[in-house]
Amino acid sequence: MSSALIDLVWQSTLETLYMVAVAGIISALVGVPLGVLLYVTRPRQILAQPVVNGILGIVTNVGRSIPFIILLVAIIPFTRMIVGSSIGTNAAAVPLTIAAIPFVARLVEGALNEVPPGLIEAAQSMGATPMQIIMKVLLPEARGGILNGLTITIVALVSYSAMAGAVGGGGLGDLGIRYGYNRFNPTVMLITVVVLVIMVQLFQSLGDYLVRKSDHK
Amino acid sequence: MISLERVSKTYGTGPRAVQALSDIDLQVPKGTIHGVIGLSGAGKSTLIRCVNLLERPTTGRVIVDGAELTAMSASDLRQARHQCGMIFQHFNLLTNRTVFDNVALPLELMRESRRTIRERVMPLLEMTGLTDKRHQYPAQLSGGQKQRVAIARALASRPKVLLCDEATSALDPQTTTSILALLQEINQQLGLTILLITHEMEVVKSICHRVGLISGGRLVEEADVGDFFTAPGTQLGREFLNDFLKLEAPRELVERLDAESGQNSHPVVRLTFSGDSVSTPLISRLAREHGVDVSILQAKVESIQGRTLGLMIAELIGSETQTRQALATLKSFDLHVEVLGHVQRTD
Repeated sequence: MSSALIDLVWQSTLETLYMVAVAGIISALVGVPLGVLLYVTRPRQILAQPVVNGILGIVTNVGRSIPFIILLVAIIPFTRMIVGSSIGTNAAAVPLTIAAIPFVARLVEGALNEVPPGLIEAAQSMGATPMQIIMKVLLPEARGGILNGLTITIVALVSYSAMAGAVGGGGLGDLGIRYGYNRFNPTVMLITVVVLVIMVQLFQSLGDYLVRKSDHK
Repeated sequence: MISLERVSKTYGTGPRAVQALSDIDLQVPKGTIHGVIGLSGAGKSTLIRCVNLLERPTTGRVIVDGAELTAMSASDLRQARHQCGMIFQHFNLLTNRTVFDNVALPLELMRESRRTIRERVMPLLEMTGLTDKRHQYPAQLSGGQKQRVAIARALASRPKVLLCDEATSALDPQTTTSILALLQEINQQLGLTILLITHEMEVVKSICHRVGLISGGRLVEEADVGDFFTAPGTQLGREFLNDFLKLEAPRELVERLDAESGQNSHPVVRLTFSGDSVSTPLISRLAREHGVDVSILQAKVESIQGRTLGLMIAELIGSETQTRQALATLKSFDLHVEVLGHVQRTD
């Protein structure tokens, strides 16, 4: 393997990690609160707002139903507004983030749904405010489930980031397509796949470790 | 201390509405332990949830410690709930908090300082026997220990009232006994008023002063525990009592029982002794004064809230006149006589 190829793989690995990290962090920061909102505004929940809940639900579903490759190009004007360019790694991170937010939100909502209703009732009987219930009961009790959801999101982002090449975002997937597929170079294809597999394994193991460590169920 | 006035609760509206509680009037005086017993689906859980407004009554007033909860704003209600600790059948502890932090939770919610929290939590752990478990998580505890944590947590805000929602129903009999002893200790030492709901007569018998019987969303009977156990006023009360005492006539005898008396038949009676009648030598007196022989089929003595309760199922053997006089004598004493039926002589 030439040193040029090693450089290329290394460079692409960093690009993938960068896109996944940016999209992962921002989608967690937006998606977790959105997931909480989706849960607590449900009918008969602590901040029941059926109309708000309905609207949020629809928006989230729309976000989740657009195929990523279409989202990638469809929001180019928005991307340009945010990062000042429609091509490059930063430009690819924007649609990745947009796609990941509703994904995170639904996973968080699901994790919160696993918290036994009796715990909310107990907190209410102690005079907890809705905000206290969220911060002291719901989020800590769903911590394992939320971390698990974030792990799934990171792994999905690694896979989605392969499409970033469509807007010149680079990354391992792009490398595999351009060098491995278009230039008929099976070695490059194999290397990118192996690196991706290792990356996913590491993320999954790290996620599982954090879930185990944080949950005392 | 707790007062429910004409409390009703309806779920849903229109033709599918379900009436969970109807016109409940309930007074629990300060410092007493009041039990509400009923079968599942009778409305017990709804009733106790109406006291701290986890369920808001459709109509009626709820007054705790002189303050009408049903008239309060949401934030006043949250304050008032600090006066009202609650424990649950399934404990409802936070799995990701240690024992100490679970007990500290109500104080955190009240924004108490770390120092105050420590000063208040440690004695509670001491009282509930959990001091050495304070760094453990609920998953590492037994059911009885979990309920102790829940009790300590419910007491952390120094409430005046403790609500117990089937608090011992998920526990084995031995653990139940120790939890009930703890509740009694809390009642006596802290003067806490306790309202508990249960389907177990054992719970009522062991610690309650007064008991209410709920059926179909109505309080059908209310009495001092001693009275309830000696002479329940309703059919349902008698069923609960008989089921608890397991004092049924033997099945083969029940099958031979006739409602009507006849030639050569003897009455079978259930006698419930309480108070002075327990120590009266009645059986020998029947034999001596009326020439009636008494064949005891089943008997049991229970001690309930310091009162002794004797139960007996017996066959009175003698001529029709003799047994009639014997029954009259029995009824003249302070005891409850129920003629279960008549049985033909077999000899």
